[in-house]
Amino acid sequence: MKKLFNSSIGRKIAMALSGVFLIVFLTQHFLINITSVFSESIFNMLSHFMGNNPLVQFILQPILIVGVIFHFVMGFVLDWQNRKARPVKYAVYKGSRNSMFVSRNMIISGIVILSFLALHFYDFWVPEMDYKYIQVLPEDPDRYYEELIHKFENPVRVGLYCLSFIFLSLHLIHGLSSSTQSLGTNNKYSSIINKISYAFGIGIPAGFCFIALFHFFMHFNT
Amino acid sequence: MKLYLKIWRQKNNKSKGSMIDYEIDNISPDMSFLEMMDVLNEKIIEENGDPVAFDHDCREGICGSCSMFINGEPHGPDKLITTCQLHMRKFKDGDTIYIEPFRAKAFPIIKDLVVDRSAFDRIQQSGGFISINTSGNTLDANTIPIEKENADKAFDAATCIGCGACVASCKNSSAMLFVSAKVSQFSLLPQGKVEATDRVLNMVNQMDEEGFGNCTNTGACHVECPKGISLDYIAKLNREYVKANIKK
Repeated sequence: MKKLFNSSIGRKIAMALSGVFLIVFLTQHFLINITSVFSESIFNMLSHFMGNNPLVQFILQPILIVGVIFHFVMGFVLDWQNRKARPVKYAVYKGSRNSMFVSRNMIISGIVILSFLALHFYDFWVPEMDYKYIQVLPEDPDRYYEELIHKFENPVRVGLYCLSFIFLSLHLIHGLSSSTQSLGTNNKYSSIINKISYAFGIGIPAGFCFIALFHFFMHFNT
Repeated sequence: MKLYLKIWRQKNNKSKGSMIDYEIDNISPDMSFLEMMDVLNEKIIEENGDPVAFDHDCREGICGSCSMFINGEPHGPDKLITTCQLHMRKFKDGDTIYIEPFRAKAFPIIKDLVVDRSAFDRIQQSGGFISINTSGNTLDANTIPIEKENADKAFDAATCIGCGACVASCKNSSAMLFVSAKVSQFSLLPQGKVEATDRVLNMVNQMDEEGFGNCTNTGACHVECPKGISLDYIAKLNREYVKANIKK
Protein backbone atom coordinates (compact mmCIF):
# COMPACT_ATOMS: atom_id res chain seq x y z
CA MET A 1 0.00 0.00 0.00
CA LYS A 2 2.97 2.33 0.60
CA LYS A 3 3.86 1.89 -3.06
CA LEU A 4 0.32 2.89 -4.03
CA PHE A 5 0.58 6.33 -2.47
CA ASN A 6 4.06 6.92 -3.89
CA SER A 7 2.86 6.23 -7.41
CA SER A 8 1.39 8.67 -9.92
CA ILE A 9 -1.97 6.87 -9.73
CA GLY A 10 -1.89 6.87 -5.93
CA ARG A 11 -1.20 10.60 -5.88
CA LYS A 12 -4.10 11.33 -8.17
CA ILE A 13 -6.39 9.12 -6.09
CA ALA A 14 -5.27 11.03 -2.97
CA MET A 15 -6.00 14.31 -4.79
CA ALA A 16 -9.43 12.99 -5.77
CA LEU A 17 -10.30 11.78 -2.27
CA SER A 18 -9.26 15.05 -0.64
CA GLY A 19 -11.20 16.92 -3.34
CA VAL A 20 -14.35 14.89 -2.72
CA PHE A 21 -13.96 15.50 1.01
CA LEU A 22 -13.74 19.26 0.40
CA ILE A 23 -16.78 19.09 -1.90
CA VAL A 24 -18.78 17.45 0.92
CA PHE A 25 -17.62 20.18 3.30
CA LEU A 26 -18.48 22.88 0.78
CA THR A 27 -21.99 21.45 0.38
CA GLN A 28 -22.70 21.50 4.11
CA HIS A 29 -21.18 25.00 4.38
CA PHE A 30 -23.53 26.19 1.64
CA LEU A 31 -26.57 24.51 3.18
CA ILE A 32 -25.90 26.29 6.48
CA ASN A 33 -25.15 29.65 4.87
CA ILE A 34 -28.25 29.65 2.67
CA THR A 35 -30.42 29.53 5.80
CA SER A 36 -29.19 33.08 6.57
CA VAL A 37 -31.23 34.27 3.60
CA PHE A 38 -34.56 33.18 5.00
CA SER A 39 -34.13 32.67 8.74
CA GLU A 40 -31.85 34.50 11.14
CA SER A 41 -32.70 32.13 13.97
CA ILE A 42 -32.01 28.92 12.04
CA PHE A 43 -28.70 30.33 10.83
CA ASN A 44 -27.73 31.30 14.37
CA MET A 45 -28.77 27.91 15.72
CA LEU A 46 -26.77 25.96 13.10
CA SER A 47 -23.74 28.25 13.42
CA HIS A 48 -23.82 27.97 17.18
CA PHE A 49 -23.97 24.18 16.89
CA MET A 50 -21.07 24.05 14.42
CA GLY A 51 -19.05 26.49 16.48
CA ASN A 52 -19.51 24.78 19.81
CA ASN A 53 -20.02 21.08 19.21
CA PRO A 54 -16.83 19.33 20.43
CA LEU A 55 -17.01 16.73 17.64
CA VAL A 56 -17.10 19.47 15.01
CA GLN A 57 -14.59 21.73 16.72
CA PHE A 58 -11.95 19.27 17.83
CA ILE A 59 -12.25 16.40 15.36
CA LEU A 60 -13.93 17.53 12.12
CA GLN A 61 -12.33 20.99 12.02
CA PRO A 62 -8.73 19.71 12.33
CA ILE A 63 -9.50 17.03 9.72
CA LEU A 64 -10.86 19.74 7.43
CA ILE A 65 -7.77 21.93 7.90
CA VAL A 66 -5.49 18.95 7.19
CA GLY A 67 -7.63 18.12 4.12
CA VAL A 68 -7.37 21.68 2.79
CA ILE A 69 -3.60 21.84 3.36
CA PHE A 70 -3.10 18.39 1.83
CA HIS A 71 -5.15 19.24 -1.27
CA PHE A 72 -3.22 22.46 -1.87
CA VAL A 73 0.25 21.09 -1.13
CA MET A 74 -0.40 18.01 -3.26
CA GLY A 75 -1.73 20.24 -6.05
CA PHE A 76 1.44 22.32 -6.06
CA VAL A 77 3.67 19.22 -5.90
CA LEU A 78 1.86 17.58 -8.81
CA ASP A 79 1.98 20.77 -10.85
CA TRP A 80 5.71 21.11 -10.23
CA GLN A 81 6.28 17.47 -11.23
CA ASN A 82 4.16 17.91 -14.34
CA ARG A 83 6.09 21.00 -15.41
CA LYS A 84 9.34 19.06 -14.95
CA ALA A 85 8.02 16.33 -17.26
CA ARG A 86 8.24 18.76 -20.21
CA PRO A 87 11.37 20.88 -19.73
CA VAL A 88 11.21 22.46 -23.23
CA LYS A 89 7.80 23.91 -24.05
CA TYR A 90 6.14 23.86 -27.45
CA ALA A 91 6.38 26.97 -29.62
CA VAL A 92 2.71 26.41 -30.50
CA TYR A 93 0.37 24.38 -28.27
CA LYS A 94 -3.34 24.33 -29.08
CA GLY A 95 -4.80 22.94 -25.88
CA SER A 96 -8.20 24.38 -26.72
CA ARG A 97 -8.47 21.89 -29.61
CA ASN A 98 -8.48 18.91 -27.27
CA SER A 99 -9.38 19.89 -23.73
CA MET A 100 -11.34 22.36 -21.62
CA PHE A 101 -9.67 25.57 -20.43
CA VAL A 102 -10.72 24.80 -16.85
CA SER A 103 -9.08 21.38 -16.91
CA ARG A 104 -5.76 22.82 -18.08
CA ASN A 105 -5.71 25.62 -15.53
CA MET A 106 -6.66 23.99 -12.24
CA ILE A 107 -3.52 25.39 -10.62
CA ILE A 108 -4.57 28.97 -11.46
CA SER A 109 -8.12 28.54 -10.16
CA GLY A 110 -6.60 26.73 -7.16
CA ILE A 111 -4.26 29.64 -6.36
CA VAL A 112 -7.17 32.12 -6.52
CA ILE A 113 -9.19 29.86 -4.18
CA LEU A 114 -6.21 29.64 -1.82
CA SER A 115 -5.95 33.46 -1.75
CA PHE A 116 -9.69 33.63 -1.10
CA LEU A 117 -9.35 31.13 1.75
CA ALA A 118 -6.72 33.37 3.36
CA LEU A 119 -9.19 36.29 3.21
CA HIS A 120 -12.06 34.06 4.39
CA PHE A 121 -10.04 32.77 7.35
CA TYR A 122 -9.06 36.34 8.23
CA ASP A 123 -12.71 37.40 8.01
CA PHE A 124 -14.40 34.61 9.93
CA TRP A 125 -12.13 31.93 11.34
CA VAL A 126 -9.52 34.18 13.00
CA PRO A 127 -12.14 36.38 14.79
CA GLU A 128 -13.97 33.21 15.83
CA MET A 129 -10.83 31.69 17.34
CA ASP A 130 -10.06 35.03 18.99
CA TYR A 131 -13.60 35.25 20.42
CA LYS A 132 -13.65 31.73 21.80
CA TYR A 133 -10.12 30.79 22.71
CA ILE A 134 -8.07 33.97 23.14
CA GLN A 135 -10.46 36.51 24.65
CA VAL A 136 -12.68 33.68 25.95
CA LEU A 137 -15.80 35.83 25.72
CA PRO A 138 -19.13 34.50 27.01
CA GLU A 139 -20.95 32.55 24.33
CA ASP A 140 -23.75 34.43 22.59
CA PRO A 141 -25.82 32.09 20.38
CA ASP A 142 -27.35 35.04 18.52
CA ARG A 143 -24.14 36.77 17.38
CA TYR A 144 -23.49 34.82 14.15
CA TYR A 145 -26.04 36.46 11.87
CA GLU A 146 -24.93 39.94 12.89
CA GLU A 147 -21.29 39.05 12.27
CA LEU A 148 -22.18 37.69 8.84
CA ILE A 149 -24.12 40.71 7.60
CA HIS A 150 -21.49 43.03 9.03
CA LYS A 151 -18.87 41.39 6.80
CA PHE A 152 -21.01 41.79 3.70
CA GLU A 153 -21.48 45.53 4.15
CA ASN A 154 -18.22 46.18 2.34
CA PRO A 155 -18.65 46.22 -1.47
CA VAL A 156 -14.96 45.45 -2.07
CA ARG A 157 -15.19 42.34 0.05
CA VAL A 158 -18.42 41.25 -1.65
CA GLY A 159 -16.75 41.82 -5.05
CA LEU A 160 -13.70 39.78 -4.04
CA TYR A 161 -15.91 36.99 -2.73
CA CYS A 162 -17.96 36.86 -5.93
CA LEU A 163 -14.81 36.87 -8.08
CA SER A 164 -13.41 34.01 -6.02
CA PHE A 165 -16.65 32.07 -6.41
CA ILE A 166 -16.27 32.31 -10.18
CA PHE A 167 -12.85 30.66 -9.90
CA LEU A 168 -14.29 28.14 -7.45
CA SER A 169 -16.87 27.31 -10.08
CA LEU A 170 -14.18 26.78 -12.73
CA HIS A 171 -12.28 24.55 -10.32
CA LEU A 172 -15.32 22.47 -9.40
CA ILE A 173 -16.58 21.93 -12.95
CA HIS A 174 -13.47 19.93 -13.76
CA GLY A 175 -12.64 18.84 -10.22
CA LEU A 176 -15.76 16.84 -9.51
CA SER A 177 -15.83 14.87 -12.78
CA SER A 178 -12.05 14.45 -12.69
CA SER A 179 -12.12 13.00 -9.18
CA THR A 180 -14.61 10.32 -10.20
CA GLN A 181 -12.40 9.42 -13.16
CA SER A 182 -9.38 9.19 -10.83
CA LEU A 183 -11.34 6.97 -8.48
CA GLY A 184 -11.96 4.62 -11.39
CA THR A 185 -15.66 5.22 -11.97
CA ASN A 186 -16.86 3.28 -14.95
CA ASN A 187 -17.17 5.65 -17.87
CA LYS A 188 -20.66 4.53 -18.79
CA TYR A 189 -21.65 6.99 -16.05
CA SER A 190 -19.42 9.80 -17.37
CA SER A 191 -22.23 11.63 -19.18
CA ILE A 192 -24.37 11.92 -16.04
CA ILE A 193 -21.30 12.67 -13.89
CA ASN A 194 -20.34 15.53 -16.23
CA LYS A 195 -23.85 16.97 -15.97
CA ILE A 196 -23.75 16.72 -12.16
CA SER A 197 -20.30 18.37 -12.17
CA TYR A 198 -21.60 21.30 -14.19
CA ALA A 199 -24.73 21.62 -12.05
CA PHE A 200 -22.77 21.45 -8.80
CA GLY A 201 -19.83 23.51 -10.06
CA ILE A 202 -22.08 26.34 -11.18
CA GLY A 203 -24.90 25.95 -8.65
CA ILE A 204 -22.97 26.00 -5.38
CA PRO A 205 -20.66 28.98 -6.18
CA ALA A 206 -23.65 30.85 -7.66
CA GLY A 207 -25.49 30.16 -4.41
CA PHE A 208 -22.60 31.53 -2.34
CA CYS A 209 -22.53 34.61 -4.62
CA PHE A 210 -26.25 35.05 -4.10
CA ILE A 211 -25.85 34.91 -0.30
CA ALA A 212 -23.11 37.57 -0.33
CA LEU A 213 -25.04 39.84 -2.70
CA PHE A 214 -28.32 39.28 -0.85
CA HIS A 215 -26.88 40.48 2.46
CA PHE A 216 -25.04 43.34 0.78
CA PHE A 217 -28.18 44.71 -0.91
CA MET A 218 -30.55 43.91 1.96
CA HIS A 219 -28.44 45.85 4.41
CA PHE A 220 -27.12 48.45 1.99
CA ASN A 221 -29.11 51.34 3.39
CA THR A 222 -29.26 50.26 6.98
CA MET B 1 0.65 25.74 -52.71
CA LYS B 2 3.31 27.93 -51.20
CA LEU B 3 4.01 27.31 -47.52
CA TYR B 4 6.10 28.88 -44.82
CA LEU B 5 7.52 26.26 -42.50
CA LYS B 6 8.95 26.81 -39.05
CA ILE B 7 10.75 23.60 -38.14
CA TRP B 8 12.56 22.63 -34.95
CA ARG B 9 16.19 21.88 -35.80
CA GLN B 10 18.46 20.30 -33.22
CA LYS B 11 21.75 18.58 -34.04
CA ASN B 12 21.65 16.03 -31.25
CA ASN B 13 20.47 15.42 -27.72
CA LYS B 14 23.21 17.60 -26.24
CA SER B 15 22.83 20.64 -28.47
CA LYS B 16 20.32 23.43 -28.15
CA GLY B 17 17.67 23.55 -30.84
CA SER B 18 15.69 26.35 -32.41
CA MET B 19 12.89 26.97 -34.89
CA ILE B 20 14.27 27.52 -38.42
CA ASP B 21 12.25 29.09 -41.26
CA TYR B 22 11.83 27.41 -44.64
CA GLU B 23 9.82 28.35 -47.69
CA ILE B 24 8.49 25.68 -49.98
CA ASP B 25 6.59 26.07 -53.25
CA ASN B 26 4.63 23.90 -55.70
CA ILE B 27 3.18 21.64 -53.02
CA SER B 28 0.23 19.63 -54.28
CA PRO B 29 -2.82 19.46 -51.97
CA ASP B 30 -2.89 15.72 -52.70
CA MET B 31 0.53 15.15 -51.15
CA SER B 32 0.74 13.62 -47.73
CA PHE B 33 2.47 15.68 -45.06
CA LEU B 34 5.46 13.36 -45.10
CA GLU B 35 5.71 13.68 -48.88
CA MET B 36 5.83 17.44 -48.40
CA MET B 37 8.67 16.87 -45.91
CA ASP B 38 10.40 14.66 -48.51
CA VAL B 39 10.16 17.48 -51.08
CA LEU B 40 11.57 19.91 -48.55
CA ASN B 41 14.48 17.57 -47.79
CA GLU B 42 15.25 17.12 -51.49
CA LYS B 43 15.41 20.90 -51.79
CA ILE B 44 17.67 21.15 -48.71
CA ILE B 45 19.97 18.39 -50.07
CA GLU B 46 20.18 20.14 -53.46
CA GLU B 47 21.36 23.24 -51.60
CA ASN B 48 23.97 21.10 -49.77
CA GLY B 49 22.15 21.49 -46.47
CA ASP B 50 21.42 18.98 -43.72
CA PRO B 51 17.98 17.42 -44.34
CA VAL B 52 15.38 17.52 -41.58
CA ALA B 53 15.41 14.25 -39.64
CA PHE B 54 11.95 12.83 -38.96
CA ASP B 55 10.56 9.41 -38.06
CA HIS B 56 8.45 7.42 -40.50
CA ASP B 57 8.03 3.84 -41.56
CA CYS B 58 4.82 2.26 -42.89
CA ARG B 59 3.15 5.52 -43.99
CA GLU B 60 -0.19 3.73 -43.55
CA GLY B 61 -1.09 4.83 -40.02
CA ILE B 62 -0.21 1.48 -38.48
CA CYS B 63 3.37 1.52 -37.24
CA GLY B 64 3.20 4.59 -34.96
CA SER B 65 6.59 5.87 -36.13
CA CYS B 66 5.72 9.35 -37.35
CA SER B 67 5.67 11.74 -34.49
CA MET B 68 5.47 15.37 -35.46
CA PHE B 69 3.71 18.09 -33.48
CA ILE B 70 2.12 20.18 -36.23
CA ASN B 71 0.59 23.59 -35.56
CA GLY B 72 0.16 22.82 -31.88
CA GLU B 73 -1.21 19.28 -32.14
CA PRO B 74 0.33 15.82 -32.42
CA HIS B 75 -0.18 14.45 -35.94
CA GLY B 76 -1.57 17.81 -37.03
CA PRO B 77 -5.01 19.37 -37.22
CA ASP B 78 -6.97 16.31 -38.36
CA LYS B 79 -8.38 13.81 -35.87
CA LEU B 80 -7.99 10.01 -35.71
CA ILE B 81 -5.00 9.96 -38.06
CA THR B 82 -1.23 9.80 -37.86
CA THR B 83 1.05 12.35 -39.52
CA CYS B 84 1.55 10.08 -42.53
CA GLN B 85 -2.22 10.15 -43.16
CA LEU B 86 -2.39 13.93 -42.97
CA HIS B 87 -2.74 15.55 -46.39
CA MET B 88 -1.72 18.99 -47.55
CA ARG B 89 -5.30 19.77 -48.52
CA LYS B 90 -5.81 20.43 -44.81
CA PHE B 91 -3.70 23.58 -45.26
CA LYS B 92 -4.16 26.69 -47.37
CA ASP B 93 -1.81 28.38 -49.81
CA GLY B 94 0.38 30.81 -47.88
CA ASP B 95 -0.08 29.09 -44.50
CA THR B 96 2.65 29.09 -41.88
CA ILE B 97 3.12 25.63 -40.39
CA TYR B 98 4.93 25.02 -37.11
CA ILE B 99 6.57 21.58 -36.98
CA GLU B 100 8.02 20.42 -33.68
CA PRO B 101 9.05 17.10 -32.14
CA PHE B 102 6.90 15.38 -29.50
CA ARG B 103 8.13 17.07 -26.36
CA ALA B 104 8.55 15.26 -23.05
CA LYS B 105 11.43 14.62 -20.69
CA ALA B 106 10.78 10.90 -21.18
CA PHE B 107 11.08 11.33 -24.98
CA PRO B 108 14.53 12.89 -25.42
CA ILE B 109 15.26 14.37 -28.84
CA ILE B 110 17.69 12.37 -30.96
CA LYS B 111 17.81 14.83 -33.85
CA ASP B 112 15.43 17.49 -35.20
CA LEU B 113 11.98 15.88 -35.11
CA VAL B 114 13.15 12.40 -34.10
CA VAL B 115 12.56 11.50 -30.47
CA ASP B 116 13.58 8.46 -28.48
CA ARG B 117 10.38 6.67 -27.48
CA SER B 118 12.12 3.63 -26.01
CA ALA B 119 10.51 4.54 -22.67
CA PHE B 120 7.37 2.93 -24.15
CA ASP B 121 9.37 -0.19 -25.04
CA ARG B 122 10.64 -0.48 -21.47
CA ILE B 123 7.10 -0.11 -20.12
CA GLN B 124 6.00 -2.91 -22.46
CA GLN B 125 8.94 -5.08 -21.42
CA SER B 126 8.01 -4.63 -17.76
CA GLY B 127 4.67 -6.42 -18.21
CA GLY B 128 2.95 -5.80 -21.53
CA PHE B 129 2.85 -9.45 -22.55
CA ILE B 130 1.48 -12.85 -21.58
CA SER B 131 3.79 -15.70 -20.61
CA ILE B 132 2.77 -18.53 -22.87
CA ASN B 133 4.84 -21.47 -23.98
CA THR B 134 5.33 -21.10 -27.72
CA SER B 135 7.43 -24.21 -28.19
CA GLY B 136 4.81 -26.00 -30.24
CA ASN B 137 2.14 -26.83 -27.67
CA THR B 138 0.35 -23.49 -27.80
CA LEU B 139 -3.43 -23.73 -27.62
CA ASP B 140 -5.42 -21.88 -30.21
CA ALA B 141 -6.73 -18.74 -28.48
CA ASN B 142 -10.06 -19.15 -30.29
CA THR B 143 -10.82 -22.32 -28.32
CA ILE B 144 -11.44 -20.20 -25.22
CA PRO B 145 -14.90 -18.57 -25.29
CA ILE B 146 -14.75 -14.84 -24.56
CA GLU B 147 -17.79 -12.63 -24.13
CA LYS B 148 -18.23 -10.25 -27.04
CA GLU B 149 -18.15 -7.07 -24.96
CA ASN B 150 -14.77 -7.89 -23.44
CA ALA B 151 -13.36 -9.12 -26.74
CA ASP B 152 -14.34 -5.80 -28.35
CA LYS B 153 -12.92 -3.73 -25.51
CA ALA B 154 -9.65 -5.69 -25.57
CA PHE B 155 -9.45 -5.21 -29.33
CA ASP B 156 -10.09 -1.47 -29.04
CA ALA B 157 -7.30 -1.18 -26.47
CA ALA B 158 -4.99 -3.25 -28.67
CA THR B 159 -5.37 -0.78 -31.54
CA CYS B 160 -2.96 1.54 -29.68
CA ILE B 161 0.08 1.87 -31.94
CA GLY B 162 2.27 3.39 -29.23
CA CYS B 163 2.99 6.53 -31.24
CA GLY B 164 3.18 8.76 -28.15
CA ALA B 165 0.61 11.35 -29.26
CA CYS B 166 -1.05 10.95 -25.85
CA VAL B 167 2.17 12.04 -24.13
CA ALA B 168 2.77 14.81 -26.66
CA SER B 169 -0.70 16.29 -26.33
CA CYS B 170 -1.01 16.01 -22.55
CA LYS B 171 -0.06 19.24 -20.82
CA ASN B 172 1.63 17.07 -18.19
CA SER B 173 3.34 14.65 -20.61
CA SER B 174 1.49 11.78 -18.98
CA ALA B 175 1.63 8.30 -20.51
CA MET B 176 -1.49 7.04 -18.76
CA LEU B 177 -3.53 6.45 -21.91
CA PHE B 178 -0.80 4.32 -23.47
CA VAL B 179 -0.24 2.29 -20.28
CA SER B 180 -3.97 1.89 -19.67
CA ALA B 181 -4.49 0.54 -23.20
CA LYS B 182 -1.59 -1.88 -22.92
CA VAL B 183 -2.71 -3.11 -19.49
CA SER B 184 -6.35 -3.45 -20.54
CA GLN B 185 -5.80 -5.30 -23.81
CA PHE B 186 -4.48 -8.23 -21.76
CA SER B 187 -6.42 -7.99 -18.53
CA LEU B 188 -9.75 -8.13 -20.35
CA LEU B 189 -8.91 -11.54 -21.80
CA PRO B 190 -8.63 -14.86 -19.92
CA GLN B 191 -5.06 -15.43 -21.10
CA GLY B 192 -4.01 -12.05 -19.67
CA LYS B 193 -5.89 -12.28 -16.37
CA VAL B 194 -3.36 -14.74 -14.91
CA GLU B 195 -0.60 -12.13 -14.68
CA ALA B 196 -2.87 -9.08 -14.37
CA THR B 197 -1.73 -8.12 -10.85
CA ASP B 198 2.00 -8.12 -11.55
CA ARG B 199 1.48 -6.57 -14.96
CA VAL B 200 -0.32 -3.47 -13.77
CA LEU B 201 2.07 -2.95 -10.84
CA ASN B 202 5.17 -3.33 -12.99
CA MET B 203 3.95 -1.24 -15.90
CA VAL B 204 2.80 1.67 -13.73
CA ASN B 205 6.03 1.49 -11.77
CA GLN B 206 8.07 1.61 -15.00
CA MET B 207 5.92 4.47 -16.30
CA ASP B 208 6.70 6.48 -13.16
CA GLU B 209 10.42 5.67 -13.36
CA GLU B 210 10.59 6.96 -16.93
CA GLY B 211 9.65 10.47 -15.78
CA PHE B 212 6.25 10.94 -17.40
CA GLY B 213 3.96 13.47 -15.73
CA ASN B 214 0.80 12.82 -13.71
CA CYS B 215 -2.60 12.48 -15.35
CA THR B 216 -5.01 15.32 -14.51
CA ASN B 217 -7.88 14.02 -16.65
CA THR B 218 -7.92 16.82 -19.21
CA GLY B 219 -8.85 14.25 -21.86
CA ALA B 220 -6.46 15.71 -24.47
CA CYS B 221 -4.84 12.29 -24.98
CA HIS B 222 -8.10 10.67 -26.04
CA VAL B 223 -8.95 13.50 -28.45
CA GLU B 224 -5.52 13.47 -30.10
CA CYS B 225 -5.03 9.68 -30.14
CA PRO B 226 -4.96 8.53 -33.79
CA LYS B 227 -6.80 5.39 -32.73
CA GLY B 228 -9.29 7.15 -30.44
CA ILE B 229 -8.36 5.11 -27.36
CA SER B 230 -11.00 5.92 -24.75
CA LEU B 231 -10.47 7.45 -21.30
CA ASP B 232 -12.42 4.43 -20.01
CA TYR B 233 -9.15 2.56 -20.01
CA ILE B 234 -7.53 5.09 -17.66
CA ALA B 235 -10.39 4.66 -15.16
CA LYS B 236 -9.98 0.89 -15.56
CA LEU B 237 -6.22 1.18 -15.02
CA ASN B 238 -6.83 3.14 -11.80
CA ARG B 239 -9.21 0.44 -10.54
CA GLU B 240 -6.84 -2.37 -11.45
CA TYR B 241 -3.87 -0.62 -9.89
CA VAL B 242 -5.65 -0.14 -6.56
CA LYS B 243 -6.91 -3.74 -6.58
CA ALA B 244 -3.42 -5.03 -7.37
CA ASN B 245 -1.92 -3.06 -4.49
CA ILE B 246 -4.53 -4.42 -2.08
CA LYS B 247 -3.84 -7.98 -3.28
CA LYS B 248 -0.10 -7.56 -2.88
